[in-house]
Amino acid sequence: MNIVVCVKYVPDATADRRFEADNTVDRVGVDGLLSELDEYAVEQALQLKEKLGDDSEVTVVSVGPDNAGDAIRKALQMGADKGVHVVDDAIAGSDALGTSLVLAEAIKKLPHDIVLCGMGSTDAVMGVLPTMLAERLGLPGVTFASEVTVNGSTVTVRRDGDTATETIEADLPAVVSVTDQSGEARYPSFKGIMAAKKKEVVTQSLGDLGISGDQVGLSAAWTAVEGTEARPPRTAGEIVKDADGSGASALVEFLASKKFI
Amino acid sequence: MAEVLVLVDHVDGAIRKTTNELLTIARRLGEPSAVFIGSLSDDATAALKQFGAEKIYSVDDADIKGYLVAPKAEVLAQLVGSASPAAVLISASVEGKEIAGRLAVKTDSGLITDAIDVQAGPVTTQSVFAGNFTVTAKVTKGTPIIAVKPNAAAPEAVDGAGAVESVAVSISDAAKGARVTSSEPKAASGRPELTEAAIVVAGGRGTGGDFSAVEALADSLGGAVGASRAAVDSGWYPHAFQIGQTGKVVSPQLYIANGISGAIQHRAGMQTSKTIIAVNKDEEAPIFELVDFGVVGDLHTVVPAVTEGVNQRKG
Repeated sequence: MNIVVCVKYVPDATADRRFEADNTVDRVGVDGLLSELDEYAVEQALQLKEKLGDDSEVTVVSVGPDNAGDAIRKALQMGADKGVHVVDDAIAGSDALGTSLVLAEAIKKLPHDIVLCGMGSTDAVMGVLPTMLAERLGLPGVTFASEVTVNGSTVTVRRDGDTATETIEADLPAVVSVTDQSGEARYPSFKGIMAAKKKEVVTQSLGDLGISGDQVGLSAAWTAVEGTEARPPRTAGEIVKDADGSGASALVEFLASKKFI
Repeated sequence: MAEVLVLVDHVDGAIRKTTNELLTIARRLGEPSAVFIGSLSDDATAALKQFGAEKIYSVDDADIKGYLVAPKAEVLAQLVGSASPAAVLISASVEGKEIAGRLAVKTDSGLITDAIDVQAGPVTTQSVFAGNFTVTAKVTKGTPIIAVKPNAAAPEAVDGAGAVESVAVSISDAAKGARVTSSEPKAASGRPELTEAAIVVAGGRGTGGDFSAVEALADSLGGAVGASRAAVDSGWYPHAFQIGQTGKVVSPQLYIANGISGAIQHRAGMQTSKTIIAVNKDEEAPIFELVDFGVVGDLHTVVPAVTEGVNQRKG
C-alpha cells in the first residue's frame, strides 16, 4: 500500500512567534520544527505499514521553505521511506487554498492509497487543509480520527466527537486526519537517524507540478491579512497565599466583586 | 441588499445558540438567509425568524443522512451559485470547518476560520499564536466563507420574514464516499457546552485524578468543566473536555484553573478568557502570570471551601 503523509514545518510554539512586515508568519527568523500534531500522522502511517507487513511504502510530503526539509528529515528518522519537498519562492505567503493546491498536485504525482495528515498545524491551527485536500483530489475525507484501521479497500476510523463516538468508513483512496489521541508518536532511534541520511528526498518546484507562480503565493491568496496586533500583556493580578481557609474566602470575595455570584 | 447564507447548526431540529449569533452577524453584512439541512419543524422556523432570518432554505436530508460533510458542502455550493450571497457564515465546529473547507475549494472562494468577530466588509478578527496576537483579515476572491467561533456576537432578536423555500439538491456519488456506520451518543453532563459556556472551571494534574471538587465548583457557578492535557492523558477526564492547543479553545467570561501549571499548549486554549483565576500549590506555576486573581494553596481544601462560599452567598 502507498501511504502518503503530509507534514508542515512550523515556528516553535514555545518560541517568540511573530509576523513579518507583510503580515505573513515569520518562518525563517523563528526556530522551527516538524509540527507536533503531524508526528501523530507519521506514527499512524508507520503503524499501518507495520500492520500490513507487506511492501507498503511511506512517503512524506511537505510544502515550505528550505528549512522545511528538517521536518521531512525528522519523519524519515522516525521511519518513513522517502520524502518529497515542494519548495519555490513563489509559494511564500500562500493561504490554505494555495497550499492545498500545491500539496494536491504533488500528491497526484505519487501513488497514493491513503493520505494521512495531522488534525491541524500548530501555527495557523485552521484544521481545514485535510478537507481541502480531499476536495481537490476528489476523494473521501475523514478528519479527527482517534483510531485508523485499513481493511482491504476501505479505511475505518473512530472519531470521538463532543456528542457521540462515531465509526466512519470510507473507500480508499481517502484522506484521513488524526488527532493526538491516536497514539503517542515514536522518537527516532539512533539507527533511524543514521538510516534517514541515506533516504531519498525529491525536491520539486511549482514548474515541476505544472502550477504557475501567479496561481499561488501572497499576491494570489484568496484572503488578505489587513493587520496584526500583539495582544497587550495581561496586567498582573492579585495573588494570595492560602492560610487556614483565607485563600478560599478571598477568592469568593473576588468572585462576588466581579458579580460572578 | 445581498443575501448572507447562514448554515444552521442544530441538534435534531433544535437550533443551537451559535446559529443565533451567526444570524446576528449576517445582518451586519446583508439579509440573513438561513440554510436548514434536515426536517424543518414549525418550531425551528419560528426560532430562525426570531433572530432575523429573512429567508429559510429548507433542504431535506433523507438522501444525505449517514454521510459525512461532503454532501452538505454540495448543498451550500449550489445555493452560493443560485443566490450569489455576500458571504457564507458557518459555525467553527469540527463539522462546520470541514464543510467550509470543501465549499471554499468548490466555489474557488477565500476561507477564514475561527473568527471571533465579523464586521461589515466583511472584515474578520481572529486570535492567533496562542492568543498572543489578533489579526484582522478579509476574503479577496470569490464569496467570503467565514467559520465563526461561539460567542462572537451577542444574539439579537429581530423579527425576520422567515420565508421558507424548499430546495431540491442533487448530490453526487463522489460526495458519498465516507459513511457513518455507527454512532454512540455520549451521556449528557447537564452542564453548558464547553466552548459556549460563560464560566469554565478546569482541573489539571494537581487534582490527582479526582475531579469531584472541580465539578462541584462548576455546578455552583453554573459553569462547564474542562481539563488540561495532563489530566486527559492520565485518563482522569474525557478528551472532549480537553482545553488547549489539541483540544478546545475557550474564551469565557470567567476561567478558573485548578492544579494546572499553565504550559503554552494550555494557554493556547484559554488565554483570551476575560477573567482568569488560578488555584495552584506551586507559586512558580506559569499560570499565575495570566491571572486576575490567584490562590497559592492546596486545591483539595481551597476548591471545596470556595464552592461552599459560593453556595452560601447564593443563599
